[in-house]
Amino acid sequence: MQIQVNGEPFDAGECVNLAELVNRLGLAGKRIAIELNMEIVPRSEHDKTELKAGDRVEVVHAIGGG
Amino acid sequence: MSEQQLNDPLVIAGKSYQSRLLVGTGKYKDLQETGEAIAASGAEIVTVAVRRTNIGQNPDEPNLLDVISPDRYTILPNTAGCYTAQDAVRTCRLARELLDGHDLVKLEVLGDQKTLYPNIVETLSAAETLIKDGFKVMVYTNDDPIVAKHLEEMGCVAVMPLGSLIGSGLGILNPHNIRLIMEEAQVPIIVDAGVGTASDAAVAMEMGCAGVLMNTAIAAANQPVLMASAMRKAIEAGREAFLAGRMPRKAYASASSPLVGTIG
Repeated sequence: MQIQVNGEPFDAGECVNLAELVNRLGLAGKRIAIELNMEIVPRSEHDKTELKAGDRVEVVHAIGGG
Repeated sequence: MSEQQLNDPLVIAGKSYQSRLLVGTGKYKDLQETGEAIAASGAEIVTVAVRRTNIGQNPDEPNLLDVISPDRYTILPNTAGCYTAQDAVRTCRLARELLDGHDLVKLEVLGDQKTLYPNIVETLSAAETLIKDGFKVMVYTNDDPIVAKHLEEMGCVAVMPLGSLIGSGLGILNPHNIRLIMEEAQVPIIVDAGVGTASDAAVAMEMGCAGVLMNTAIAAANQPVLMASAMRKAIEAGREAFLAGRMPRKAYASASSPLVGTIG
């Protein structure tokens, strides 16, 4: 299944929900936040939030800044 | 720490802080230097940026929040790099999710890349949305006293005028405006941006600013950890001097030693 992750095309393979996508990205357990089609998806909802082709996912984390 | 400092907290959105120095985490050589400089600065409020995670690149690299723990520091996510109210609001919502519901944010909406001057129209729009959405907004703004008062009246918990351009190190270029802002303010006024060295920070505090937020002045010093320590002292010295009240300026000399009983 083709989706977009952080502005780039991404093959989500067999991932059916956000939690599986996070796993596939190697980010399970990391301090991240996710937006799906411009809406925040709380961590507790990742495994209940299904993915569909064409979804736009943003994954962010904290980095150094002033 | 003196008794006076203990009784003189900086209060932001109902929470008390002993340190009046707020620091950023950008531009350091590595995370170890970041951690050491932040510790040396004594800061309790520490800004971070929110950015896209690099997909497929070394997911095991250490995370800033492992070094600057939210258990120890008040993390202040910023909206640096945002040029529209919409992007700034999105960034704050992502930050709140990232930090488990933490709702204190540093709002900055920039005008152009050359000056990083705040875009006040977009800043006002973003502040309104964020405050309605329950955020506690510390807002980066220019040194216009009318805009500063407006941001306060909207409900911003701290107003943070620039001393000079972000990362310029030029110090406080218009102290008269900062003074005008402080005269009317009911919320903390924190100089954000422009500090170049310790004396700049002391000047801000001697004027009566509630605090100073800085990043580059520490991170871009030859020895950031030592500069962080210098800034800590400058902030404390400046605050104590403000509380003590400086002597009046005089045009002519006034002898410190008694004039009577001199020999000859």
